[in-house]
Amino acid sequence: MDTLRIFVFTASCAVVAVLLALPAATGLGWLLARKNWPGKALFETMTTLPLVLPPVATGLILLDALGRRGWIGAWVWSCFGADIAFTEKAVVVAMGVMAFPLLAGSARAAFEEVPRRQEDLARTLGLSEAQVFRRVSLPLARRGLLSGALLGYARALGEFGATITLAGAIPGRTETLASAIYSRLQLGQDDSILPLLLLSLAAAFCLVWVSQQWLRPPRGAR
Amino acid sequence: MSTDFARRSKGFRAFALGLGLLSLAAPLRAGSILVFAAASMSDALKSAGAAYEKRTGETVEFSFAASNLLAVQISKGAPADVFLSADDKQMDLLAAQGLINKATRRELLSNSLVAVGLAGGPLSVSSAAGLASPEIAHLALADPRAVPAGVYAKKYLEAQGLWDALAAKVLPTGNVRGALEAVVSGNADAAMVYKTDALISKKVRILFEVPVKEGPRIDYPIAVVAASAQPKEAGRFLDFLASKPGLALFKGYGFLVPAAP
Repeated sequence: MDTLRIFVFTASCAVVAVLLALPAATGLGWLLARKNWPGKALFETMTTLPLVLPPVATGLILLDALGRRGWIGAWVWSCFGADIAFTEKAVVVAMGVMAFPLLAGSARAAFEEVPRRQEDLARTLGLSEAQVFRRVSLPLARRGLLSGALLGYARALGEFGATITLAGAIPGRTETLASAIYSRLQLGQDDSILPLLLLSLAAAFCLVWVSQQWLRPPRGAR
Repeated sequence: MSTDFARRSKGFRAFALGLGLLSLAAPLRAGSILVFAAASMSDALKSAGAAYEKRTGETVEFSFAASNLLAVQISKGAPADVFLSADDKQMDLLAAQGLINKATRRELLSNSLVAVGLAGGPLSVSSAAGLASPEIAHLALADPRAVPAGVYAKKYLEAQGLWDALAAKVLPTGNVRGALEAVVSGNADAAMVYKTDALISKKVRILFEVPVKEGPRIDYPIAVVAASAQPKEAGRFLDFLASKPGLALFKGYGFLVPAAP
């Protein structure tokens, strides 16, 4: 029962994290693929950092910003009387930040694959920039966006370092699949690890299976 | 081809929506107090919590880890109501930052150190000096740089003049139960843990006990966290732990109860 609750919590946090990060990551991916602006390379490097930094370091930076005495955390605390660090919000934030580079990177690649000719054609037919994006670029990029979302979701589901640093592993509150396995191992509660392992295995299997079904290139294409 | 993809895409949307709804249904826990406690307390405190819930109907949740890690989490704003540390140093650190309610602080329990090996294992060690023997390739300790159980063990081994000979084969773990686990899993030949940890596990046997008078003084201070939103409820639980039935329960797990001052 406990195992199932941890799994549902982890899976839900990962979904929320990806859904929250996806619009911004998609927008950024499009900007990176289609526009030039000053500081673009710097910005791109910054948003890719969580992919390369040790996750614990990312978590620590987030904790310093979002903790009750961090500059964002203190502001949220004074405005809303709510904590971010060590709550389920922290789990979502950590997962979202860690998944973001994968989402944005996939989005960028997906928009770069969209033939510019088709976008230009739509413009000659009188579509506004927003309409071109919504009716031409976005539909043509959806396969890449979807695969990015799945990749980001997988990353979020298994995320450990940033999550345990920012959210801790408080049983019933912020414990995720990964941190639950770790803390049970640490505390020597062997018998409760096996169900968690099996469930992680089953989730990973389903995720890979489903992604292979969904992301198989369309028959006859290329 | 395109409709095929659209169908799959719809499936994905339904899947995402379903999981999203599940997340909304995730329970919001309110009204139960959250106790941050040293890893060595986990079994005893869980049964104390169950006894308390039965008696009062109030729920208690626990987060067990190394005391030093919990202290760091509390200093960064973790929502603990009560902190039970395995040494005074971690409690003092929080007290110095004004993060605990000093009036509620008391020394709850004490403990003693033992060395353990695998039950039925071949070790013939029966004294501290024996830890240096080549029979023991790896000695697991809770990280002696910070985790209380390891700090105590190191202090004892230093006092015995053994630390320099042993330091190279120490396998540090994140908390004291990790050291016990290292012996059970065969990754270490022996470990120094609290006597209460050794009594919990049937898979280890005690090689020797450190007499209370020879070992460092082991204290388990407890206090209500200053930022607690439920200080009254937290205080009541603390009173229960320090009451006669509470202390009797801890004695049953092998903890030592300090004499009343």
